[in-house]
Amino acid sequence: MSSIRGQKGDCFRVVESKRMNDHLLQVKNLHTYFYTHDGIAKAVDGIDFTLDRGETLGLVGESGCGKSVTARSILQLIQQPPGKIVKGEILFDGQDLLNLTPGQMRKIRGNRISMIFQEPMTSLNPVFSIGDQMTESIRLHQGLSRQQALERSIDMLKEVAIPDPEKRIREYPHQLSGGMRQRVMIAMALSCDPEILIADEPTTALDVTIQAQILYLMNRVKQEFNASVLLITHDLGVIAEMAETVAVMYMGRIVEYAEVVKLFSDPRHPYTVGLMNSIPPMEEETVSEGRMLKTIPGVVPSLLSLPEGCTFRDRCFRAKKECGEKTPPLISLEPHHKVACWLYG
Amino acid sequence: MDNGTLLEVKGLKKYFPLKKGFLRKQGGYLKAVDGVDLTIQKGETLGLVGESGCGKTTLGRCILRLEEPTEGEIYFEHSNILSYPPRKMRRLRQQMQIIFQDPYSSLDPRKTAGHIIKEPFAIHGTLPRQERKEKVKKLVEVVGLLPEHLDRYPHEFSGGQRQRIGVARALALNPKFVIADEPVSALDVSIQAQILNLLVELQRQFDLTYLFISHALNVVRHISNRVAVMYVGRIVELATTRALFVRPLHPYTEALMMAAPIPNPLKRKEKAPLEGDVPSPIEVPPGCSFHPRCSYRVKICMEQAPFLNEIETGHWVACHFPGKRNHRPT
Repeated sequence: MSSIRGQKGDCFRVVESKRMNDHLLQVKNLHTYFYTHDGIAKAVDGIDFTLDRGETLGLVGESGCGKSVTARSILQLIQQPPGKIVKGEILFDGQDLLNLTPGQMRKIRGNRISMIFQEPMTSLNPVFSIGDQMTESIRLHQGLSRQQALERSIDMLKEVAIPDPEKRIREYPHQLSGGMRQRVMIAMALSCDPEILIADEPTTALDVTIQAQILYLMNRVKQEFNASVLLITHDLGVIAEMAETVAVMYMGRIVEYAEVVKLFSDPRHPYTVGLMNSIPPMEEETVSEGRMLKTIPGVVPSLLSLPEGCTFRDRCFRAKKECGEKTPPLISLEPHHKVACWLYG
Repeated sequence: MDNGTLLEVKGLKKYFPLKKGFLRKQGGYLKAVDGVDLTIQKGETLGLVGESGCGKTTLGRCILRLEEPTEGEIYFEHSNILSYPPRKMRRLRQQMQIIFQDPYSSLDPRKTAGHIIKEPFAIHGTLPRQERKEKVKKLVEVVGLLPEHLDRYPHEFSGGQRQRIGVARALALNPKFVIADEPVSALDVSIQAQILNLLVELQRQFDLTYLFISHALNVVRHISNRVAVMYVGRIVELATTRALFVRPLHPYTEALMMAAPIPNPLKRKEKAPLEGDVPSPIEVPPGCSFHPRCSYRVKICMEQAPFLNEIETGHWVACHFPGKRNHRPT
């Protein structure tokens, strides 16, 4: 293991970790807006969370809730215009990423914080071989020679269990299956030994048996590389399988934030409860005969015309008068369990 | 549930010829569906589950003759529809409809919702013009849309609403049999639940029979009375939902269930998942097509393809050692 890690120097790492505070990543009051012809879309509208060393934080929500925009904001991959990080701080290792120059940011992106994208079909460049794409970031960030970078890439492919890596490294993305491509993405993301791995729907495009392989692999390499993971998904099953802490997002805000077992055993926000009820159960011994699911009524409101007060109010079966007046803050119910709902305020 | 057979499929095969080389010579086949037998009873929901490329969609399309099968027989109400001339087939399609997966690409963007739902009447001419409007209004209400939605175009709707339009269109001609091809895969969970409930409700109201195609086990389990599991063009297991999920007999079914993430953090998987990829339907492995990934394989599995056998009443499995994996010969 040490042969392919430690390019940055292990002793450096020890010194580094001593002066570090507990939270590796701290997102504070982040607002990312998109200025469109039809108005301002508040994709991320004031969220706070922390990611500790070695932790896996799951960010879960339905499409359009702002989970991907959050991830892209951290790496400053928001297209600007129309997007803009309006407000907030993103403290990585005590340093606000939003204050860095583009050059400084490039040194972090793909190196200390790396990302895996949803679509393994489109996130690899079809005209470059796997080797070309993998060595690019290794050479850039670690200053290795072509040959050394190639050797390290092969080691990384072995690490993610790609059979015959010496051959695969010369192949092009279209010659690999979806699952293999996602493995390459993971190998690429891990090749610079990152401290944070952001995985944006890493298994959504994959078949269920391949998904299981990738999740298993991610758990393994996470431990091996001692990385923190920010896992973004719409699938509560994947969350339950992977995360230690979970933030449930709705319309650009975190509505519930809890330790994973707590969240599933005692969900408090009506939206979280609704989401869990919407999933057809897999566990019960008998098959449900009535065959009706409890649903959340209505649809997600448009980001361009969010209702006043709690954005979930129109779909909430427990909404009361004050829900229409003020946005509920994220309050602590108990340690490690926060919820943004007036039922508890 | 035994109200008689509505649909019977016998030995259905669909091979797509492949062209190779500069001269586009005939070279091999893609065996999308490779010998499928199955029956669907009136009023039931048969779930068809499998991973991408296993042939489940092609099977569905063959049943409606949207794809001409290479071989086999299809009986709808005991009459072989593969012998029907195009005209007669077209008339039969009033009885058999399909709901497509992608509500974004299955609706014509240049037509209003009203036009889309009305089109089946125009094609089949089953309803006098003046009654069509009434009927469309009723359909829209049944699927949970509002009358003012009729004048809108597909892009003005959300995914869930579009799928409701697709459902209304499929139901317009009062079909007996509806194929739902991944109808909720493109939707968010909360919307998925709404559409599933709608399908169940409509089935009761209109006495529908469904072939429900999906890759999501929990969805199939929720909605189906019986479930067929497909792998590389063949059915490997077929049983009542309860029997299949409580006691899967094929190792692939078992692996699928193991792989599905369960929304319960206390039941995390410790076991290593099934290895390997689904084989290409162009180069199907000899013998049992699952053998390269099967941890229980023995010599015979690599040589002989197992037939679909009825192991218990109503529980069919295509495996040399179904459910006896602990005492298989070595």
